[in-house]
Amino acid sequence: MTNSIEEIEFTDAILAIGTNTTENHPVIGSCVKRAIRQRGAKLIVIDPRKIGLVDYADIWLRPTPGTNVAVLNGLINVIIDEGLYAKEYVAERTEGFEAMKKAVAKYTPGHVEKITGIPADNLRTAARIYAEAKSASILYAMGITQHSHGTDNVKSCANLAMLCGNVGIEGGGVNPLRGQNNVQGACDMGALPNVFPAYQQVANDDARARFEKAWDVSLPAKPGLTIMEIMDAAHKGDIKGLYIMGENPMISDPDLTHVEASLKNLEILVVQDIFLNETGQLADVVLPSACFAEKDGTFSNTERRVQRIRKAVEAPGEAKADWQIISELATKMGYAMQYASAEEVMNEINTVAPSYAGITYGRIEEGGLQWPCPNVEHPGTKYLHRDKFSRGLGLFTAIEYRPSEEVPDKEYPFFLTTGRVLYHFHTATMTRRSEGLVERCPESLAEINPKDAEKLKIKNGDFVTVTSRRGSLKVKASVVETPPEGTIFMNFHFSEAAVNLLTNPALDPVGKIPEYKVCAVKVEAA
Amino acid sequence: MDQKLSLTINGTTIEASPGQTILEVARENDIHIPTLCYYKGTTNVGACRVCVVEVENARSLVASCCMPVSQGMVVMTDTERVLTARKLVVELLWSSGDHNCLQCEKNGNCELQDLVYELGIEKPSFEIAPPSYAVEDTNSMIQRDLNKCILCGRCVRVCNEIQVHEVLDFSMRGSHAKVGPAFDEDYIESTCVFCGSCVDACPVGALTFKQARFKGRPWEIEKVRTTCPYCGVGCQMDLNISDGKVIKVTTNRDYGTPNQGMLCSKGRFGMNFIDSPDRLKTPLIRKNGELKEASWEEAYDYIAKKLTAIKKKSGGDSIAGLSSARCTNEENYLFQKFMRAVIGTNNVDHCARL
Repeated sequence: MTNSIEEIEFTDAILAIGTNTTENHPVIGSCVKRAIRQRGAKLIVIDPRKIGLVDYADIWLRPTPGTNVAVLNGLINVIIDEGLYAKEYVAERTEGFEAMKKAVAKYTPGHVEKITGIPADNLRTAARIYAEAKSASILYAMGITQHSHGTDNVKSCANLAMLCGNVGIEGGGVNPLRGQNNVQGACDMGALPNVFPAYQQVANDDARARFEKAWDVSLPAKPGLTIMEIMDAAHKGDIKGLYIMGENPMISDPDLTHVEASLKNLEILVVQDIFLNETGQLADVVLPSACFAEKDGTFSNTERRVQRIRKAVEAPGEAKADWQIISELATKMGYAMQYASAEEVMNEINTVAPSYAGITYGRIEEGGLQWPCPNVEHPGTKYLHRDKFSRGLGLFTAIEYRPSEEVPDKEYPFFLTTGRVLYHFHTATMTRRSEGLVERCPESLAEINPKDAEKLKIKNGDFVTVTSRRGSLKVKASVVETPPEGTIFMNFHFSEAAVNLLTNPALDPVGKIPEYKVCAVKVEAA
Repeated sequence: MDQKLSLTINGTTIEASPGQTILEVARENDIHIPTLCYYKGTTNVGACRVCVVEVENARSLVASCCMPVSQGMVVMTDTERVLTARKLVVELLWSSGDHNCLQCEKNGNCELQDLVYELGIEKPSFEIAPPSYAVEDTNSMIQRDLNKCILCGRCVRVCNEIQVHEVLDFSMRGSHAKVGPAFDEDYIESTCVFCGSCVDACPVGALTFKQARFKGRPWEIEKVRTTCPYCGVGCQMDLNISDGKVIKVTTNRDYGTPNQGMLCSKGRFGMNFIDSPDRLKTPLIRKNGELKEASWEEAYDYIAKKLTAIKKKSGGDSIAGLSSARCTNEENYLFQKFMRAVIGTNNVDHCARL
C-alpha cells in the first residue's frame, strides 16, 4: 500500500476494485464500513460479483470479468472530459499525461458500456464521486492483478489516482491489499528472481558487488525464473532440483495436471512445511517446520509495517524453525550460516536492505515500523511519494484494453472466476484443521446465478460438472445472486474440488501472474 | 489549541478539555470509577449506572460516562450516597442472573465479580432469579449463556460500531430484554461472521470462548503478543497459552494499529492447526517409493549430496527454490541468500503471484 490502513477510516471516498475485502481482509473491511457508517465517506465498488461491500456502496459498477482497463480508462475519460482532474498536480508532479489522455479519448462512457456492460450514467456518477472527493483511496487486490493484463490494470489504477492528485497525500493512494501474512516481506527480502533484498536488481553490477562483499561469495548476474517458468522448466527437464519452503503448488498453481507432471519430472524435490500437504506427498525429502506460534521473527504487513511474531509454544517432535533449517543446510553444503537467533538475521538484514536499516527488534517490541525506515532514528513512513514520487515525477501510462486470453464461446459458455471465502485461507492446510471454520464452511461450493441454474435445471445443493479445456471436476452448486449471469465463482481451498485443474495458466507478460480470475468453462448437471 | 477548563474531583483540581466526560478525565488522572457498560471507542450509553458520581448542585447522581465536564464542576466519586447507589445496582445485576462462579470461565476475570468484591457485597438483598434461558450450544466457537448477561450492550456496540458486522441488537422489553441476532436465531444460523469481538467485550461470563472451556484459569494463562499468520493486514493478537498449548486468541485494544483490537474468524478461531496430530514431526526421506522417517543428519546429507551433484553436472541454474509468503522476513532473507550464495542461482520466487 502507498498509504496506511488507519487512513482508510478517515478518507472522503473509497474506490474498491477487484477486492472482496470483507472476506479476504475482514479487518480492513471493517475499517471501510466504519468510514461509510460513521464518517460519511463515499464508496464505489467495482466488481462482477455482488460482494459484501456492495451493501455499503454509493454506487456499484458491475463489469464483465476481465474488462477492468476499459472501466478505469472510462472513469479517466469522464474526469478529463468534465475537467474534474487535479490540473496543478498533474502539471507539477507527473509526466506522460498527454499520451495517456490521447489513449483514453475513445473510452467514452458509451464505448465502455459496450465493452463492460456498465451503464454509461453509472460510470459518470462513479467518476464524479472519485474526482470530487478531497482525498480518495483506491483499494485493490487479486481481482486487479490475476489477469493476463494484470500489470495494465495496476497501472490504470495509478493513472486514475495521479489524475486526481491522490498519490502522496494522507487518505489517498493506490493500495493493494495483500492476501498473505508476509507476501510483502517475502518480496522485500528478495525472494524474487530479479532482485536482492530491498529491490536491488541482481543485474545491476553495483548492487551485486555490494552483496558479493556482504556475503563473501561471487553471485550470478542473470535474473532467474519465476514460479510458473520454474514449473515449465521442470517439465522440460531444465530444472532438475527444486526446494520448496512453505508452499503448496499442487493446489495453488494453475493447471495442476501440468504442475504434477513437472514435479514428478524432477531429480530431487525437497519440501519443507508444517504438514505433509499435496505437494509434500510428491517429495523425495520432507523437512518438518515450526509454525508461526513456535518461533521468533517478523512479518511485513500490507502497509509495509514490520511486526514481531514471538515463540509461544514448543514445536512438535523434531520440527525446527525454517531459518534454522536453512542455516544448517547451508553450513552442511560448505557455506557457514551461523545465527543464534532470528534477531541476528534481522541485524544482518539491517545492513544490506536500506529500507529496513532502522527496523530493529528493540524498536518494534511495542509496535511495528513501516518501511522505508533508513536509520534507527527514523519514525517509519506512513505514506509514500509525499512531495515527490520515488522516481521523481509520477508517470502516466497510455494503456489499451485487451480482452482476457480465454473468454466464453459456444463450447465453454461460462466465465469461471476464482477466489477465497471468509472462513478459509489459500490451500486450507491450516483452516481445514480448525473446527469452527470447518463448521462454518465444510465444503467447496460453486456459486451460480439463479437464472443460469434454471436454464441448466440445477437446484441449490445439486452437484454439477465444471469443465475447462484443461480439466474437469464435480462440485456442489450454490445458487445465489452473487455472481452475474454467465459467470460462476469457485474457491481454491478444497483439494476435492481443486479449481486449479480448470484455471488458465496464461501469464501477464510483465508480472508473470496467472489469469486465475478469468477462464471459460462449461457447466452441466452431474 | 483547545481551551482548557478546570474542575475538582474528590477535592483535587484537575484540567480537562471541553467535551471530555467525567469518566475520561478521572481515568486520565488515575481516579478509579468502576464501569460495566462503558466501552472505549463506542457510544456512551449510560446503561449500567455503576459509574454514578455525585456532582455538586446536580439534582441526582449522574452517570460519569455520559456527563461532559464543565468549568468549576465539583465531582465526588466515592461518597456514601455514591457507594450505596453502586451497591444497589450491583445487587440488582447479581440477583437478575445466574452468576454462579464455580464453573464459569470468567471466574477471576469477571468485571461483575470484581465489583461485588470491591463493594464488599455479602449477598444481594433481592431474590436471585432462576436461570430461564438454555445455554446456546450450537457452535463450537462461542458459548452464549444469556442467564449471565447483564445487558450492558458492549457486545451490541462492538458488533455494530467497531467491527460493523451489524448482527447483534437488543430485543424484547423489561425483564424479558435480551441481546442477540435478528429473529432470535442462534449465532450459527445468523449472519454472524464469528470475529469473536463480542466475547472480548463481554464483562461477564455470558459470552465465552467455548474451545477454551476448562482448559485454563485466567491466572494460569500466559498471553503472548504476536502477529496473525493469515492475511496481509497483520493483526496484533494475544495467543493465550495454558499447559503449553494455545487455548484461545484474545486481543488488546491498546496495541493500536493496524487492527485496533479487531480480528476475523480466521485469526480468532483458526488456530487448531497448531497442535494438530497431523503436524510433521520428523524429516522424511523417500525409500522404495515411500516416505520414511529419517534423522536431520540423514536428510541434510541426502539433500546436500543431491544438490551438489546437480550443480556440478548441470550448473546452479538447473536448481530452483520457492520461498514463502507464509514464512518470516528472516527466513525469506536466508532462503534467497541460500539459493544465490550457496546454490549460485537467481531461480528463487514465491507465491506472491498466486
